[in-house]
Amino acid sequence: MPYTEELKNLIKAVERSRMERVARKRRGEEYPAMSADEAEEILKRFHPDYKEEGRRELKVGPSKGYRIAHEFADLLEARSRVNPDMIDLSRVDVETDVLIIGGGGAGTAAALLAEENGVRVTIATKLRHGDANTMMAEGGIQAATKIEKDSPCIHYLDTVGGGHFKNEPELVYTLVTKAPEVLMWLERLGVMFSKFPDGRLHTLHAGGTSRKRLHFCGNITGTEIMRTIRDEASNRENITVLEFSPAIELVLNEHGHCAGAILYNLETEEYIVVKAKATILATGGCGRLHIQGFMTTNHYGATADGIVLGYRAGVKLKFLHTVQYHPTGAVFPEQVEGLLITEKFRGAGANLLNIDGEQFVYEREPRDVESAAIIRECLERGKGVPTPAGKLGVWLDSPMIDILSGEGTVEREFPGKFIIYKRFGIDISKEPMLVYPTLHYQNGGLEYNARGETSIPGLFIAGEVTGGVHGENRLMGNSLLDVLVFGRIAGENAAIHARDKARDGKLSLDHVRAYHKELEESGVVTDRVAPMLLPDYTSPKVRERQLTTHHLGD
Amino acid sequence: MAAKQSEDTTGQKTAEVEKAKLIPVYVMGKRYMVPETLTIMKAMEYAGYRYIRGCGCRGGICGACATVYRKPGDYHIYVGLACQTVVEPDMYLTQIPFYPANRASYDFESLTASPEEIFKLYPEVFRCIACNSCTKVCPMDVQVMDVISAVKQGNIEKAATLSFSCIQCGLCTSRCMGELPQYHIAQLARRIYGSKIAPRAQHMAEAVEAVKNGKYREMLEKLMKSDIGQLREIYKAREIEPEMADEDWTPANRDYL
Repeated sequence: MPYTEELKNLIKAVERSRMERVARKRRGEEYPAMSADEAEEILKRFHPDYKEEGRRELKVGPSKGYRIAHEFADLLEARSRVNPDMIDLSRVDVETDVLIIGGGGAGTAAALLAEENGVRVTIATKLRHGDANTMMAEGGIQAATKIEKDSPCIHYLDTVGGGHFKNEPELVYTLVTKAPEVLMWLERLGVMFSKFPDGRLHTLHAGGTSRKRLHFCGNITGTEIMRTIRDEASNRENITVLEFSPAIELVLNEHGHCAGAILYNLETEEYIVVKAKATILATGGCGRLHIQGFMTTNHYGATADGIVLGYRAGVKLKFLHTVQYHPTGAVFPEQVEGLLITEKFRGAGANLLNIDGEQFVYEREPRDVESAAIIRECLERGKGVPTPAGKLGVWLDSPMIDILSGEGTVEREFPGKFIIYKRFGIDISKEPMLVYPTLHYQNGGLEYNARGETSIPGLFIAGEVTGGVHGENRLMGNSLLDVLVFGRIAGENAAIHARDKARDGKLSLDHVRAYHKELEESGVVTDRVAPMLLPDYTSPKVRERQLTTHHLGD
Repeated sequence: MAAKQSEDTTGQKTAEVEKAKLIPVYVMGKRYMVPETLTIMKAMEYAGYRYIRGCGCRGGICGACATVYRKPGDYHIYVGLACQTVVEPDMYLTQIPFYPANRASYDFESLTASPEEIFKLYPEVFRCIACNSCTKVCPMDVQVMDVISAVKQGNIEKAATLSFSCIQCGLCTSRCMGELPQYHIAQLARRIYGSKIAPRAQHMAEAVEAVKNGKYREMLEKLMKSDIGQLREIYKAREIEPEMADEDWTPANRDYL
């Protein structure tokens, strides 16, 4: 729906201050960025990660005692979806060299590289191939490709600064040095980057960058990358894709190596035993857990399945105490709430404003700081803009972009968002957008090294399911980069493992039995099972009448 | 699933839909009463559907939830993405989560930029009778027929740029009299354009070369060994490229370059 009369009146305050703000930008003046101390203070007071009542200590597993969000703890203190005694592991349904769990950016990049290293690959994915957060990444991908003004070292500094200097150095080193190579790989595969006529790549700033290093494909960068690498995977004879078949448990063998997984066919409800010489977990993130009740930008399937699988098998957690709230998710119209409004709007100059049309924060702070500032403006200072649905938001002044960079810029650079808002009768090149932080990214995850290896031989991981490269807060443009850099590395190393190092042995689910026993001994009483697989958005009234004893996904 | 947490949450839960007016919609012919403010996707969930197929990104970009519908007393077929389209009273709808389409397999490296390559892989492109049904049914407003015309004329660049917003939902294919897989053809055109027609970024090759030659190794190793205090100082002292800087801007401070 278009803006109500009340909101249209409030927009006038934004319009009144707009020309002065534009003039300031033209003079090169910016709203002052926060000092390190100010940033720390605002995070402690307003960022959801710092709310002690939002988390609890884990009672079981290799990271027992670690304090993480209740929503994660609930999944990790749940039982397996399989009864180990009912599965006949001597009857293998699918045998492959490398099993990749997850068909998003990391999984698909891994598949391509594994295949190029001469092995047979099976991708098992919960929904369709390409149904993943990668597809939804809009803003772009970082890489230091303009070395007259930028370098991997400066990319390194920006990345660790954003991550509170806690990132794993080896992982960041790999991320920033492999970045230019990954972009060149994508260009060769046919990704249509936004370019100058001579082929030079367009680049923009992102929150927390000191150089314009964000490369993009219109505002559907993730889609363009995902559909291109998926198309390439479809051309490779040795890559098989099993759709609607999420993994629900890893399988180990008598040597303690990872030796495949149990899949669950969502449509026929069969369990499938896959035996593999190497396995890659690339299951993505967790937005659909709605941590602390936040709306999310994430894909329908983002339910942290890989965390559950890896943890049960014995892999430790890293940085899972932090999740990223994207500062700007749509809160109006209600139909698109949670919709990601890419940071590129702010990179292109759009200010954030309160109900009085006043700027209250520099628009390119790192995401955690920016989110905390918006929450403070709405909850402490009472300067949020109320929506008809009873929520609060702040204005993102997109019309500034057309004034700064020429009429038509918003429509040309943000065609996706322009169309969506137009359908609701809102012209975002003339009217600002109403936004609030939204659950966006799982900063942490399972522990791994720069070769994509975990503590379990034969188990590799890549992408959002991992923890370490982003420290406590990821920068924009580093997630697409992460999935491709580490997806490729995991694919290559898993193939080498499958070829040269894998040890055949008797398959086992003893780790699941042991985990169940530990749950009981820790006094966890639950009938909850995990992984969750899919969220349940049916209305509570209907659910009361859904009385079948087995209901998908619970 | 419900985690116990304090009342004082900073999150904003989904709005109450209880108060909204209920309207009838027909899901595959079966009547349900749903709040009039919801999208088709949320309305079906409200009614009790739990998606396996037909739901993906929920943000209008993945092509999983293509939906066709009719309105009473109206012969038109309407289309929309279930996650983006608001329900209307008495709409008759069905999702088309999958539609079979012919996809050619190819060795991309060995393809040239010649339109003949596309003709060979997809000879059915010439079965297009220019009826424009594909364009009419596209939920992303892609000028699908023009994409196909551009391919037939050998203008790969035009086909690539015109089809850039394609989300590969397959609705065009479902309506095509010539039985074309438009979205696969467009994908091939985009890849050929991106890789083999658009000029390559020379500066990227230089950056890759510099990394390979070890230009940054020592500097990076030093950074990796720095403690948090040192890193903080270096981070704070970074020279920031101004937002309005031109493409040829270079920093005054040449450290780390």
